Amino acid sequence: MNWETVIGLEIHAQLATRSKIFSGSATTYGAAPNAQASLVDLGYPGVLPVLNGAAVRMAVSFGLAVGAQIAPRSVFARKNYFYPDLPKGYQISQYELPVVGKGSLDIVLEDGTKKRVGITRAHLEEDAGKSLHEGLAGASAIDLNRAGTPLIEIVSEPDMRSAKEAIAYMKKVHTLVRYLGICDGNMQEGSFRCDANVSVRPLGSDRFGTRAEIKNLNSFRFVEKAINYEVTRQIDILEGGGKVVQETRLYDPDKGETRSMRSKEEANDYRYFPDPDLLPLSIEARFLDEVRAALPELPDAKAARFARDYGLSEYDAGVLTASRELAGYYEDVVKRVAGEPKLAANWVTGELAASLNRDNLEIGESRVGPAQLAGLVSRIADDTISGKIAKDVFEAMWADGRDADAIIEAKGLRQITDSSAIERAIDEVMAKNPGQLAEYRSGKDKLFGFFIGQTMKATQGKANPAQLNELLKKKLAGP
Amino acid sequence: MSAAPLHSRGLAALASGLAQREFSSVELTRHLLGRLEAAQPQLNAMVSITGEAALAAAARADGAIASGRAGPLTGVPIVHKDIFCTEGVRTTCGSRMLDNFVSPYDATVVANLKAAGTVMLGKANMDEFAMGSSNETSWFGPVKNPWNTAMVPGGSSGGSAAVVAARLAPAATATDTGGSIRQPAALTGITGLKPTYGRVSRYGMIAFASSLDQAGVLAASAEDCALLLGAMAGFDPRDSTSVDQPVPDYAAALATPAKGLRIGLVKEFFDQGLDAENERQLRAAFAVYEKLGATLVDVSLPNVGLSVPTYYVVAPAECSSNLARFDGVRFGHRCDQPRDLLDLYKRSRGEGFGAEVKRRIMTGTYVLSAGYYDAYYLKAQRVRQLISADFVRAFEHVDVLAGPTSPTPAFPLGAKTSDPITMYLNDIYTIGANLAGVPALSIPCGFVHDLPVGLQLVGPHFSEAKLLAAAHAFQQETDWHARVPAVWQ
Repeated sequence: MNWETVIGLEIHAQLATRSKIFSGSATTYGAAPNAQASLVDLGYPGVLPVLNGAAVRMAVSFGLAVGAQIAPRSVFARKNYFYPDLPKGYQISQYELPVVGKGSLDIVLEDGTKKRVGITRAHLEEDAGKSLHEGLAGASAIDLNRAGTPLIEIVSEPDMRSAKEAIAYMKKVHTLVRYLGICDGNMQEGSFRCDANVSVRPLGSDRFGTRAEIKNLNSFRFVEKAINYEVTRQIDILEGGGKVVQETRLYDPDKGETRSMRSKEEANDYRYFPDPDLLPLSIEARFLDEVRAALPELPDAKAARFARDYGLSEYDAGVLTASRELAGYYEDVVKRVAGEPKLAANWVTGELAASLNRDNLEIGESRVGPAQLAGLVSRIADDTISGKIAKDVFEAMWADGRDADAIIEAKGLRQITDSSAIERAIDEVMAKNPGQLAEYRSGKDKLFGFFIGQTMKATQGKANPAQLNELLKKKLAGP
Repeated sequence: MSAAPLHSRGLAALASGLAQREFSSVELTRHLLGRLEAAQPQLNAMVSITGEAALAAAARADGAIASGRAGPLTGVPIVHKDIFCTEGVRTTCGSRMLDNFVSPYDATVVANLKAAGTVMLGKANMDEFAMGSSNETSWFGPVKNPWNTAMVPGGSSGGSAAVVAARLAPAATATDTGGSIRQPAALTGITGLKPTYGRVSRYGMIAFASSLDQAGVLAASAEDCALLLGAMAGFDPRDSTSVDQPVPDYAAALATPAKGLRIGLVKEFFDQGLDAENERQLRAAFAVYEKLGATLVDVSLPNVGLSVPTYYVVAPAECSSNLARFDGVRFGHRCDQPRDLLDLYKRSRGEGFGAEVKRRIMTGTYVLSAGYYDAYYLKAQRVRQLISADFVRAFEHVDVLAGPTSPTPAFPLGAKTSDPITMYLNDIYTIGANLAGVPALSIPCGFVHDLPVGLQLVGPHFSEAKLLAAAHAFQQETDWHARVPAVWQ
């Protein structure tokens, strides 16, 4: 039987507010344990939550960016369960009335087709603390620095049909939240993580299969592996005549497999109810207008503009707008080298991206800045150097940080465009290779490449390729 | 006047005596501390008496008075209900769970009253986590009624009420979730005001049922209540449910006469259950108001009869969640040698909480459970809206509502402890105001079998000034509020 995979994601994005969602404590990552836990975060008797307006603004900006309805009135609810890293014995979240309603995001698949993924809702909530178990001689410790950090949980429709689609969607959300400046997107630190709801069904069926929820996936690679493992597991069960059990599963990255955490029967009854300590959150039209006006240019709009204004392919435009910083870098280069947006794009997506990737650097950490890259591209554009020589120049720039011009001068890499100099070099090569010349003239056209190579060698690669081509053809043809 | 012993004077009189340096705050504080200590074996009204800190604060107050930096309450001793967090002082909420809890911060009410110059004498006993109507659920033992120590003082603010009734302190803070200020005020013959929900900050007041809890005051007279409320009320950015509205000068508003006041007599409050003697006293009180020029109108609150069942869904639901933080992990009682996490939770909570608290946590957990939420919690919220609407409608026709505070005078200790439902019915007349969030007060209006009974006045949102003025007018005509049990004179 052919099976179809059905995936929905719940993405948790930590909001980049300075203070927590219901207290004034800082949210900086990596502080000493419990250094950023106030009495409110510790759930002390008598303390009360006060909503952080910046968190609301960020959630609303996300909602507007995915074309969602923003609820004029949303309600914070308590999700009740006992756990040592949940100080109050309940998590303040939104349940029946979330701040962000239905919206959608378009993803582009590898074959270039576009797909729209529905967003069911996004709600504000507080994060829990962390339980630490390692290196404590059998004891556990609690770090409440993270307790009360604002999150938005973005719930998708079950619209994805493969791990690849899920990754594309997750990356799209990742790009978006960073564009909006509402989340640093740092997956290692847990600022951006997701739960995946995965089920399979016979291809063509319109009913969903029983799903498993895989918790706490904090890298794109893990999401892909966990989903693929889970799909195979479920298909094996079904093909073996078994039934998939609705349950929560954990992905073990070391073993590359998912395992059961708790079944539906063991699931907590969270006893949600509206939090009486917080008034319903009402959002007025004026506030919406304000947030809308402050939205940056969003990735899709930017990509469309790049394709249109710079004559780029949709693919290149997509690559260049994958992050706001990369797009900014590219536009900086374009501005400095007027009239060469395609050439600039090739260099940013080619040599620059490869070098960043090789050295594991972010665009902001690049050893070659936009002004320097523009310097290099300009020298290609004005024929000072060839594209081939430019690669060597780029390597040198990357290695020691000098500008392109300095390297070209120091290494004497300036292109030879003087026809007589090129002709002289051709004459020498022809004189040294009488046999090949005779063969060529008797009809062995393939030897043209040999002469190009030899002349280039003789000029240390500096001959202008177009000129060389033309002059060589003429000379080889004979007097 | 100056011959009257210090403890027999009210808050306002003491404040003016201090300002005029008729006596010092240290002198006054020492006198009241002596009375508090002496009364403790008979009344058990206090959980902690903080003598040393009180005398130090009194000395500072005397300094402020001497240097002319005194406010209207500088040097006046008061008692805080042990539900308010007090920095560096044990804050137990009447529970074994918090027997060892020393708060690292002051509740806003405490901070406001500290800033106003009051001197805290100690922390008053109370029903455990404010759950009770007789002060018998306290881990620290029951409080006795100063009028008759075989009787309960009411609850949950029984300690605060007994302290004022026995004139051990001129005033006390208290809280009211379903009647916990007004019912003990009635049962001990003093004046008690539960303000509008949102009038006084809940920050630092240990939560029982967040949507109903409200801090208020207990004192001998409406005048004293006005003075204390003015110093503790006001918007608090740390409490999202506190209301940003200016605090009127309650003391100045006391002079408003009762002439022309339209008083609505709540028909439903004179049905079954109200003690006949108690009713006679109330009718006499209404006659006083008529004499003062008020008009009496019969009004109906058709849904108010559903108050008790509604309350006993909403309040336990909220308490089941509010009390989840007491898990033995970060503060409060922790069981010995827990085997594992579950054992830590179960035994710490099992040992730390008393029977009534457990009963309400279980009830609340049940009504919020999947499959029961709609039938109980949601329905109770809808009925709550109906009850609130009844009050709104009534206030279109009258200025204040009047009726009994409690169905009977104080009852004997132990009389109702085995039957929670009978105990819950004590609050039948008071709960409506909590569900609607409106202010209400209780004033003494007579005696039945030598025990005081109270008259309850309820007003629209933020009508505290009006209620206090109405109570004050009555107290200008009567002396019920000035009566003190013979042994405590």
